Amino acid sequence: MKVIIMGCGRVGAYLATLLDDEGHDVTVLDMDAYSFRRLHRTFRGTALLGNGIDQEALKRAGIEGADVFFALTQGDNRNIMASQIAKHIFNVPRVICRIYDPLRQDMYSTLGLESISPTTIIAGILKEKLQGGSE
Amino acid sequence: MYIVIIGGGRVGYYLTKSLLDEGHEVLVIEKDAVICNTINEELGSICVRGDGCEATTLAEAGTERADMLVAVTGDDEDNLISCQMAKHKFNVPRTISRIRNPKNETLFKKLGIDITISSTNVILEFIAEVVPTHPLTHLMTVHDQGLEIVEIKIPANAPTVGKQIRQLEIPKGCTLILDIGKERKPLVPDSDTVIEGGEQIIAVTPPEAEEAIRTALRGTEK
Repeated sequence: MKVIIMGCGRVGAYLATLLDDEGHDVTVLDMDAYSFRRLHRTFRGTALLGNGIDQEALKRAGIEGADVFFALTQGDNRNIMASQIAKHIFNVPRVICRIYDPLRQDMYSTLGLESISPTTIIAGILKEKLQGGSE
Repeated sequence: MYIVIIGGGRVGYYLTKSLLDEGHEVLVIEKDAVICNTINEELGSICVRGDGCEATTLAEAGTERADMLVAVTGDDEDNLISCQMAKHKFNVPRTISRIRNPKNETLFKKLGIDITISSTNVILEFIAEVVPTHPLTHLMTVHDQGLEIVEIKIPANAPTVGKQIRQLEIPKGCTLILDIGKERKPLVPDSDTVIEGGEQIIAVTPPEAEEAIRTALRGTEK
């Protein structure tokens, strides 16, 4: 599969490495070249400097032929906007978006955007840990 | 009218001032504490400090009873999300967004933002109007359809002058809707219409075929 990951932070870089190891064609897009240091040295995919809410940059990343697009920058709004560009302008079959703000995530999932909120997930896990007691 | 404005920068400030003068009820949402204080001191207590993309801030601002939301921050992504929140969560009937990158116009329209204003496009349109050699002018974007209405000026010495429209390679998805000749007489062009130097042609085109239609009508520029 051709995968584009926007945002080479901890999660983006780790995901890129996992998918690359499985043999997928991975392109990582980030506005700061320094972020690419996080990619594992075995990474065979493409690291591309560019802004994911810029349609030209997305085209350079090969979005027209992409099967999956992940939006994983630190900015909720940037992730949401880039995901909507991928979905509605370039018709990428699968678009997955990280949204920290649970209320925003809730609204966009109602609008049909596949999204996850690490905030609710981590808070839920921590609560379960507490209620499950110590091991 | 009750109008919520996102962003208290220069555009937001003067917009608020003018709307207040016209007698509208206006509320500004601004992240920056200093800007917020200035607005509250100068224009009365009408500025709420907060993130205009957050549902709780928008709710505090009484967005659900707003007739209009205008997003004028400097970032396209923030303006988009504020307008979408207003529209889908608070059912605001009209949303207006400022855009920096003119390429975002089609996306915003597709996503249901009612009006987009790009200062880049406004300036470009003005230049195109006063500079007669400007080959292609955007007139408007057709709501939802991802189509644009453009104006193409035919230079007097264009290689296409004297040819019939049927002889030209008009790209797929484009329709010529109006041909305005030198005597300012508009006519609806058909395949027999002959291209004349100095005339203007108005066409509907998908954004990606813009360059192709320009080349088809004006010929390859030397």
